[in-house]
Amino acid sequence: MKVSNVVKDNFREDKLPHIWCPGCGHGILMHAIARAVSNKGLDRDKVVVVSGIGCSSRAPGYMNFNTLHTTHGRALAFATGIKMSQPDLHVIVITGDGDAAAIGGNHLIHACRRNIDLTTIVFNNNIYGMTGGQYSPTTPTNDYGTTAPYGNIDKTFDLCDLAKAAGATYVARSTAYHARIIEKLIENGLDNKGFSFIEGISVCPTYYGRKNKKGNAVDMMKSLKEDTIDIRIAKKKPELAEGKMLIGEFHNSEEEEYTARYDKIIDLFEKE
Amino acid sequence: MSASQKLHINKDWCKGCGICVEFCPKDVLQLKDGKIDIKAEDKCIQCRQCEILCPDFAIFLGGDEE
Repeated sequence: MKVSNVVKDNFREDKLPHIWCPGCGHGILMHAIARAVSNKGLDRDKVVVVSGIGCSSRAPGYMNFNTLHTTHGRALAFATGIKMSQPDLHVIVITGDGDAAAIGGNHLIHACRRNIDLTTIVFNNNIYGMTGGQYSPTTPTNDYGTTAPYGNIDKTFDLCDLAKAAGATYVARSTAYHARIIEKLIENGLDNKGFSFIEGISVCPTYYGRKNKKGNAVDMMKSLKEDTIDIRIAKKKPELAEGKMLIGEFHNSEEEEYTARYDKIIDLFEKE
Repeated sequence: MSASQKLHINKDWCKGCGICVEFCPKDVLQLKDGKIDIKAEDKCIQCRQCEILCPDFAIFLGGDEE
């Protein structure tokens, strides 16, 4: 079968097509990651893709790099171990909103705090898709899930705010609709020597969409286009940003990276 | 623009979500029997919007023609 160069270079063709539902945004985000890696010209043997559990975490099974599918919420813990043992590797973590923010929330804040050089991409579909549509930390308040039949009473978690507050040095958000933008943001994340957190807003037409009458995949993609605004525009014209989700680069700073700091300790003893 | 590139479709991978049809700026594509189909290739401006928005990698702008 003839496939595109992006697919040929970055994917395990024999594992495709993937199991995600028709119109699932995860495939778009996974393709964007592959393009970003290709654009950066990274040595594929030096790239490791790590995931936890959930729909999002199926991705490494399809990606032709060194890959690791780990336990629920623990992708960042495994990734930290990989990076500490071989700091020259480019470690990419693919996780979901439930995986990263609920069961893996503590790993997330501490990976941010350490500023370890990992590039984390959260596929945020606002729901636990794989297990049947339970509400997640990013399900909007009052929206429905199979475990919130009368509406979700929890406050929605803003993961970018969390990552920034916890100390990540690169924080950005875009959506499956803005595929070119998220590709660029992932490239920036790969460039950043420190913890990069990129939230990719996905669409789940099967569970979140159906439970909340959001229409089909096309309707949900249109919403991503219409209900989001770039943070640069929002800053200039706040009146346009009302009720919309901000996308773009939220934070970018330089701080000493964790493995470099650790190496200094090792050096200290080698000199004695 | 360099040599013209052609659209390729892998029908086996298409799940018929219709995203490419909707977001093609030139209305080149359509769904036929629940799968993606090229309606008017001559109108294609090679923007790759379909390729980057297809969740299933079922459509792409291929390299030079064989």
